[in-house]
Amino acid sequence: MINLKSFMARQDVLALLILAALLFVVMPMSMDIFRLNLIGKYLTYAFVAIGLVLCWGKGGILSLGQGVFFGLGGYCMAMYLKLESSTPEATAIQSTPGIPDFMDWNQITELPWFWEPFNSLTFTLVAILVVPALFAFIIGAAMFKRRVGGVYFAIITQAIAAILTILIIGQQGYTGGVNGITDLRTLKGWDIRSDDAKYVLYFLNGALLLGVLVLCQFVLKSKLGRLLVALRDKEDRVRFSGYDVANFKIFVFCFAAVLSAIGGAMFTLQVGFMSPSFVGIVPSIEMVIFCAVGGRLSIFGAVYGTLLVNWAKTTFSETFPELWLFGLGALFIAVVLVFPNGLSGLYRSYLAPHVDRWIFRKPPEGGSSGADPLDTPAFEPEPAARPAE
Amino acid sequence: MRRLKDLIEHRLSRRSVLTGTAAAAMLVTAGAIAPGHADDVNTTGLAVTEDTVKVGILHSVTGTMAISETGSVQAEKLAIEQINAMGGVLGRKIEYIQEDGGSDWPTFAEKAKKLLVSDKVAAVFGCWTSASRKAVLPVFEQYNGMLYYPTFYEGLEQSPNVIYTGQEATQQILAGIDWVAKEKGAKSFYLLGSDYIWPRTSNKIARKHIEKLGMKVVGEEYYPLGHTQFNSVINKIKLKKPDVIYAIVVGGSNVAFYKQLKAAGIDMTKEKPVLLTISVTEDEIRGIGGENIEGAYAAMKYFQSLDNENNKEFVSAFKEMWGDEIVIGDVTQAAYLGPWLWKAAVEKAGSFDIDKVRLASPGIELTTAPEGYVRVHENHHLWSKTRIGLAKPDGQYELVYETADLMEPDPFPEGYQ
Repeated sequence: MINLKSFMARQDVLALLILAALLFVVMPMSMDIFRLNLIGKYLTYAFVAIGLVLCWGKGGILSLGQGVFFGLGGYCMAMYLKLESSTPEATAIQSTPGIPDFMDWNQITELPWFWEPFNSLTFTLVAILVVPALFAFIIGAAMFKRRVGGVYFAIITQAIAAILTILIIGQQGYTGGVNGITDLRTLKGWDIRSDDAKYVLYFLNGALLLGVLVLCQFVLKSKLGRLLVALRDKEDRVRFSGYDVANFKIFVFCFAAVLSAIGGAMFTLQVGFMSPSFVGIVPSIEMVIFCAVGGRLSIFGAVYGTLLVNWAKTTFSETFPELWLFGLGALFIAVVLVFPNGLSGLYRSYLAPHVDRWIFRKPPEGGSSGADPLDTPAFEPEPAARPAE
Repeated sequence: MRRLKDLIEHRLSRRSVLTGTAAAAMLVTAGAIAPGHADDVNTTGLAVTEDTVKVGILHSVTGTMAISETGSVQAEKLAIEQINAMGGVLGRKIEYIQEDGGSDWPTFAEKAKKLLVSDKVAAVFGCWTSASRKAVLPVFEQYNGMLYYPTFYEGLEQSPNVIYTGQEATQQILAGIDWVAKEKGAKSFYLLGSDYIWPRTSNKIARKHIEKLGMKVVGEEYYPLGHTQFNSVINKIKLKKPDVIYAIVVGGSNVAFYKQLKAAGIDMTKEKPVLLTISVTEDEIRGIGGENIEGAYAAMKYFQSLDNENNKEFVSAFKEMWGDEIVIGDVTQAAYLGPWLWKAAVEKAGSFDIDKVRLASPGIELTTAPEGYVRVHENHHLWSKTRIGLAKPDGQYELVYETADLMEPDPFPEGYQ
């Protein structure tokens, strides 16, 4: 049994408890099911943002194609749900009853082979985790083994996002095209559209998110996490120390992909459809923005960043339907100009010293803001205290 | 909150009746409220008060679709203003809540849910692309809302919660092909479209009909949305020499397509080949440029230039509200019908309840429609005429043909699936 204390500092436990209280007590009590369902939807993006913290913030691998993995997870779930709702009785009006409606519209008369396994829930759940991991492994192996990194890697992930979107839209008979896979109703006979189901899914989503946070914390505090930061800051030094850098990068990229896919699957369950508009370049970049607003070095910050950006998006667009994009733009500019380390940077500079003093009775550390040295962003000058090598 | 307020008002009205009669039996019949009372015309908790009723407008006013959907928003606002000026619906002024779909289908679903669940609107006028309609459809069916959808679309759908005020594919296609075969002696067609469900389904129907009439299709091609390089297909067209280019290119791609067609030396005014489109309205011509599309034919149900009293009034009211520069396309006119059809159905039902409005909708007639007379079919689509227009360099269409009778909407055409 792993000792919790070995990887959860008291501050982290506190952060986890606060988030749990917010998700499980404050929000359900203060919101109706419609708003709560929206929060649930935002939280599915938080899985992607947490993955990006690991991958980009800690590991220095900027992926502009996380939407691909979100989409793969979401589509796997959607395929299962669509098959369940396309019973011959429910689709009696079609030329070929028993296949999803969009296939019928595209003159497909039998279920394509790769849809068949999605009749099984077990297969689907495994596929949600394995398909994105495998895909990420192939991309990662192809790139990192050849030492492709930095901007080049970002561009390639972006291209993959574009390619996958075009593929999905072009093969509309098999994928639903631009419309996506819509009108999902039940999961093993359980109506996912009812209010009760929405509550259950919200709490399941929240629990998964907290579980993922603990898991990430574990990864970050392990030797692996320290290596990640090391290869972000000085890749060559890690390589010369005898580590196979590529394998670590592939691992963290696959890990982030699986997290995104879990988010995608939860999205499909809560929103009731999946479409290529989550796969392409724009949503992928938006997900990077969530992570950046939260502060790309903190997994908790990523959750708050996602909530803030999406809440702002919803509120601005409800209040100013024609001008809301400007408000959102202003928010991003403000983040970049005023607090480049995002919400978690703000917390660390202004709140953390007080929290440390009052709750943990820890004297503030001189000079540095009391943060974990691992969390110092790469672009800041090295602390002067560090001995010259 | 609003629900609570309604509940309290309801309670209060009951109590006042009670104190007046002091009869216990009256408790049961305490619903005895003045006719037209908000509780009478609204038994399902919609946002209806004694003198107002809330509706939703849900279109994209930002993003790539904004250019197309803005006209619909304007038309719906005009209709609502005119209805209010006439005294509203069942004596209640219409208040609209506008939401932005942001050209993003999931956002449409989110906003639709907001309008139905939080705002409790009595009807929603909105959506434009098929994708956005497909995204909101489960929401409307689950929360039992009523959507008035203005765009001509591919059919294959008939929801109890949607009234389709635009034409479905067969209405637009069959009459157009019959006309071009008869008037222009066409024998061969080249089908062309953007790559999504509407052009593909439409061309499927067109192909079946063309082959049924004993003519032939010499080519069929699709390009992604936003595609701008049509040179290769234009070369193929020149090679195959079809009598008709049947074009269902949408959005911004149109600009590139028609300019490149003209640059490649295909002069549409010579009608060799004839160009027939079902996707270019006056709105799109503004982007394409009248001189680039002069001589093309369009098959749809409305053109701004229609010469009738209804339309003259509509066009002048529209220009007065939104400026002289504005053009009005087919979808804009269909969007304008939405609030009027809803008003007629509510008044026929004597209630804002969605279920009663649904039952009252089939058979609703509108003699004041700018396109002329329309009637709601049992299948929630409109009986309407199909017209052929010839594109003029000034960006308007000149009416060259209209069907003698109303075309019956047939969203699930037998033999065309």
